[in-house]
Amino acid sequence: MSVDGPKSDDIGDIQTHRPELLLEVADLVKHFPVKRGLVFDREVDQVRAVDGVSFSVARGETLGLVGESGSGKSTLARTVLQLLEPSSGSVRFEGREIAGLSRRAMRPLRREMQMVFQDPYASLNPRKRVGQIVGEPLLLQGVARGAALRREVQELLARVGLAAEHYDRFPHEFSGGQRQRIGIARAIALRPKLIVADEPVSALDVSIRAQIVNLLADLQEELELTYIFVAHDIGIVRHVSDRIAVMHEGKIVEEGPADQVCDQPRDAYTKQLLAAVPIPDPREARSRRRAVRPS
Amino acid sequence: MTEPLLCVRDLRVGFVTETGRVQAADGVSFDVAPGEVLAIVGESGSGKSVTAQTIIGLTRSPNSRIAGSVRLRGAELIDAGDDELRKVRGEQIGMVFQDPMTSFNPVYRVGRQIVEAVRAHRRDIGNSEAREIAVEMLDSVGIPDPAQRIDDYPHEFSGGMRQRAMIAMALALEPELLIADEPTTALDVTVQAQILALLERLNRERGLATILITHDLGVVAEVADRVLVMYAGRVVEQGTLDEIFYDPQHPYTWGLLGSLTRIDRDRPERLPQISGAPPSLQSLPQGCPFRPRCPHEFDRCPELPGLDARLAEAPAHLDRCWLEPEEKRELRQVEGQIGLEAPK
Ligand SMILES: Nc1ncnc2c1ncn2[C@@H]1O[C@H](COP(=O)(O)OP(=O)(O)OP(=O)(O)O)[C@@H](O)[C@H]1O
Ligand SMILES: Nc1ncnc2c1ncn2[C@@H]1O[C@H](COP(=O)(O)OP(=O)(O)O)[C@@H](O)[C@H]1O
Ligand code: SF4
Ligand SMILES: [Mg+2]
Ligand SMILES: [Mg+2]
Repeated sequence: MSVDGPKSDDIGDIQTHRPELLLEVADLVKHFPVKRGLVFDREVDQVRAVDGVSFSVARGETLGLVGESGSGKSTLARTVLQLLEPSSGSVRFEGREIAGLSRRAMRPLRREMQMVFQDPYASLNPRKRVGQIVGEPLLLQGVARGAALRREVQELLARVGLAAEHYDRFPHEFSGGQRQRIGIARAIALRPKLIVADEPVSALDVSIRAQIVNLLADLQEELELTYIFVAHDIGIVRHVSDRIAVMHEGKIVEEGPADQVCDQPRDAYTKQLLAAVPIPDPREARSRRRAVRPS
Repeated sequence: MTEPLLCVRDLRVGFVTETGRVQAADGVSFDVAPGEVLAIVGESGSGKSVTAQTIIGLTRSPNSRIAGSVRLRGAELIDAGDDELRKVRGEQIGMVFQDPMTSFNPVYRVGRQIVEAVRAHRRDIGNSEAREIAVEMLDSVGIPDPAQRIDDYPHEFSGGMRQRAMIAMALALEPELLIADEPTTALDVTVQAQILALLERLNRERGLATILITHDLGVVAEVADRVLVMYAGRVVEQGTLDEIFYDPQHPYTWGLLGSLTRIDRDRPERLPQISGAPPSLQSLPQGCPFRPRCPHEFDRCPELPGLDARLAEAPAHLDRCWLEPEEKRELRQVEGQIGLEAPK
């Protein structure tokens, strides 16, 4: 197995597990077959959604995963969590190989890693009350029930900035930001070690985005969480991340400390991505335009 | 000063719904001059789209209540007949929406749709000439190989190409005003940069006036000349681009500017935020609609502030906040930056 993914020195040899690393991903591949044909489904091609990706995440840190639409971020996130079966490669969680584990073998590990999704509208069951939605993982894993469950859920709601009286309401009665809080409460219910957040603020209004970003930061500190934060907005990614990995066409093209990737990008694609980010400062925007288009 | 192309005065748009009346736009006024880019910013539900759609009559319905005045080169559009409005749409005002997939019919080729749009307005133009115009327009918005790609179906275009084709269709009849409602929100930043450069070129070369609706202040900084900030159906601040960014007068604007993440600056420990959520239009607080979220609220705020010029040196810079300008300049400084301190 070749190890050409991680480039910075502090990651070291990923063949031997180091306890400070929560997650080690090596040469991960996820290809989707492209099928054609009327009578026989012939596999004519493959979408190389994740095409040989290696990285690791230390306990308590946030790895930002940035890239344009279709670059493979969501597929990578889901493959790491074994929500999609990898085509090949290795995913080690606390040193233990989880790639290709059966559903049953994965089950106890599910508590340890949770996902937060982009669309707070689509990811919550509209027919269930908030209390049920947040309490479901606790009930399914047999952690709590009855009055103890209700208490636990109310505590979770308070932790994400919702009120106890929200317990009996339905998701449609909440704003986008509040729904994202519900999704986060559900994700932290089982006290996971790793949270993979796939575009958790992309669908939210600017004024709500900052609230959720700050909430995630508070929870990380209180609960010693490790995050993989997926987004296409490199400004948000830089704000939340310790390290950033830039994805392009299924590969990680650059990886390093957040400020270094943004201030001194080495990869041509990263540079192109950064140059396209609008600067919310009219004077700077003007001088940048003059530099590009001498009149 | 250039004669305004579009004059919107005291525009009010309400909707009668099962649960009560929604005042989606409440007393909105602004001008747009030829070649000017006016940006409308604000969070979702603040009335940006309703305002833009009402200009071209798209909110007319049995349960909408529309009042005020919209004049295009002096001609009133608010009570114009449907036929007249249809002519204005397309010929004088082009429109681009957020999702270009909804604007093209998926079963017809892109070129045919542009040709039909052209011919619907210009009976004097034949098919082949209309096709030439379509190729030329696709070329001018940067579609590679336009003579070939014109026969593609919409789904054969990428998202960015569809959005550019949409702009091409909106511009084929050489309108004087383009209304672009979140035209780049669904696009990647590299494609967004191309679309913004295209819009900027059209403004410069053709004197195209644009109303650009966006929630992205980065986009605003790149292309706008003037900015309108909307909150809960009302304009809370309006001014030139530099006035809004460097001397913002309304606490909501401070909050928007403060919560931006910037890749060209050191990142703050914590992202400054606006607390709470926008009010429901059906149960607005009395007085200033920003009161429940405003850390600077004081005893005058239960009375609605007018949209007034409060700075002697900037008579066209308007805002709706009772605080004194000197107070504002002091209060908006949060750790050396413009921002909003979260209320305790
Ligand atoms: N189930 C699937 N079958 C076939 N192709 C797929 C499947 N899921 C994803 N893909 C393809 O894999 C590639 C990567 O998709 P992915 O959703 O991971 O991108 P992304 O980086 O998350 O994009 P976005 O920013 O738009 O969310 C795309 O080309 C996509 O079309
Ligand atoms: N046809 C309609 N009937 C009832 N309410 C509407 C209608 N169209 C828009 N609204 C309401 O008007 C308000 C402003 O909407 P909109 O202009 O679309 O906001 P924005 O574009 O700023 O996100 C919202 O509360 C919205 O729900
Ligand atoms: S009028 Fe009062 S509540 Fe409204 S923005 Fe100004 S200080 Fe805040
Ligand atoms: Mg995705
Ligand atoms: Mg809108």
